[in-house]
Amino acid sequence: MPGGERVTTDDVRRALADAIAEQRLRIVATLIRTTGDWDLAEDAVSDAAERALVRWPQDGIPDNPAAWLTTTARRRAIDVLRRADVERAKVADLAAEEALAPHPEGLPDMSPMTDDRLRLIFTCCHPALPLEARVALTLKIVAGLPTDAIGRAFLTSEATMGQRLLRAKGKIANAGIPYRVPSDDLLPARLDGVLAVVYLVFTEGYATGAHHLADEAIRLGRLLANLMPDADEPRALLALMLLQHARRDAREVDGERVTLEHQDRSLWDRAAIDEGLRLRPPRRPSRGVYAVQADIAAVHSLAAHAHDTDWATIVDLYDELLALTGSPVVALNRSIAVGMSEGPLAGLAHLESVSDDPRLVDHHLVAAARGDLLARAGLHEEAVIAIERAAELAPTDQERRQLTRRADELRRG
Amino acid sequence: MKYMMFVVADPEAEGQAPDPEVDEIDAWCDRYVANGKHVIGERLRPTEDATTVRRRDGKLLVTDGPFAETREWIAGFDVLECADLDEAIEIASKHPMSAEGRIELRPFWPFEG
Repeated sequence: MPGGERVTTDDVRRALADAIAEQRLRIVATLIRTTGDWDLAEDAVSDAAERALVRWPQDGIPDNPAAWLTTTARRRAIDVLRRADVERAKVADLAAEEALAPHPEGLPDMSPMTDDRLRLIFTCCHPALPLEARVALTLKIVAGLPTDAIGRAFLTSEATMGQRLLRAKGKIANAGIPYRVPSDDLLPARLDGVLAVVYLVFTEGYATGAHHLADEAIRLGRLLANLMPDADEPRALLALMLLQHARRDAREVDGERVTLEHQDRSLWDRAAIDEGLRLRPPRRPSRGVYAVQADIAAVHSLAAHAHDTDWATIVDLYDELLALTGSPVVALNRSIAVGMSEGPLAGLAHLESVSDDPRLVDHHLVAAARGDLLARAGLHEEAVIAIERAAELAPTDQERRQLTRRADELRRG
Repeated sequence: MKYMMFVVADPEAEGQAPDPEVDEIDAWCDRYVANGKHVIGERLRPTEDATTVRRRDGKLLVTDGPFAETREWIAGFDVLECADLDEAIEIASKHPMSAEGRIELRPFWPFEG
């Protein structure tokens, strides 16, 4: 909309929200690289947004709101540095960049691995930071969530979350954590760390009921998949999250979790499933954990009814996942799949060999799986005992209620 | 940036299978002295030979051994001059004691102003 015409407050707010969604991360990431000052970078963007709310209703919405925002934020950062008058080199740097890069897309020959956004993500997820700080920084700086919203999602106060962010930014500066994409030899391990943070945001959203976190995780997954088009695992993680998130409307009825078996599959989000299926990387002899997990989720997505599920394929995929992770929980899930594929007695035999693992002693999921397999074998009394045991061990009220209800159902026959 | 690299003896890590990724100690020293990343480093005598010095309530206390009873002890130190933490991590990860013990990296506290 060219200047001079009347614009409504709604028009301005919508245009600004779009411009921020499109450009905030690029601006912040580039300002951090050029100034080394994380707070200045965030403040400059907030300041530019405030200016837009004042200027745009008077001057009209600019033709390219995102470019306007970028230029205004850069100028603000230069102003602040000039006033501080201690960082002449940085001011010169920024001014040079201002002249060089009038386009918000950055320089045309920029390869994805030199993208500032990728540098920012790898720095936020550096293994020298505690895991909870990596998650908080990623949500604050990369996803742009306000501190109080992150605090609520992780059941802690805004003050505590603010402290955590402050300490993390302090360590990045004091310990010399570099602002760059790791070298090739370090990249696979560091990428695993980044993907783990994104998937933790996704699963945490479900665990605490903060479902918008799952949306944020998917947005982050999309960004990573776009920025690293040659890597399989970011795409596989995005596919996995889409396939799981597609079931969001079916997985809870009246506040209670509904298991996959009993979900109303007509409530599944078909568009998300189709996208997830399409995104899965091609099958390769050596592949990562997210590729295998996405394939497992895909098998479930492809079954029209629970009893159509191709459990034999799922058992094979769990074998592959177990070889990659050695995780006892994966072994446990494999025995459930064996029970569905070869019958409950085969599943129980497998479960006994798994439950000796010291990491699974007194784990509610083992007792719940045993109860479920016993019920499927028609051994209802034994099943009730196992499921009541699982309810005693369950870590959350919701799981306890669900298991108690299941035990009651079985007792009634 | 300067980093202090504490080389920590950790009984839990002793007797591990040799790791092909780490250098022999002489090769490690030669490599990083040659490229200027290694400023200074020494191996230290064990805690039996340590002495703790404290001043409390105006009195000087000199006691045998380290102050706290821990199974882990500092077996040596090296000072590194690196571009950033990733470079320091890379160098520390090639030290033989990263496999047979632990390495703790601490950035120097810079002089103010």
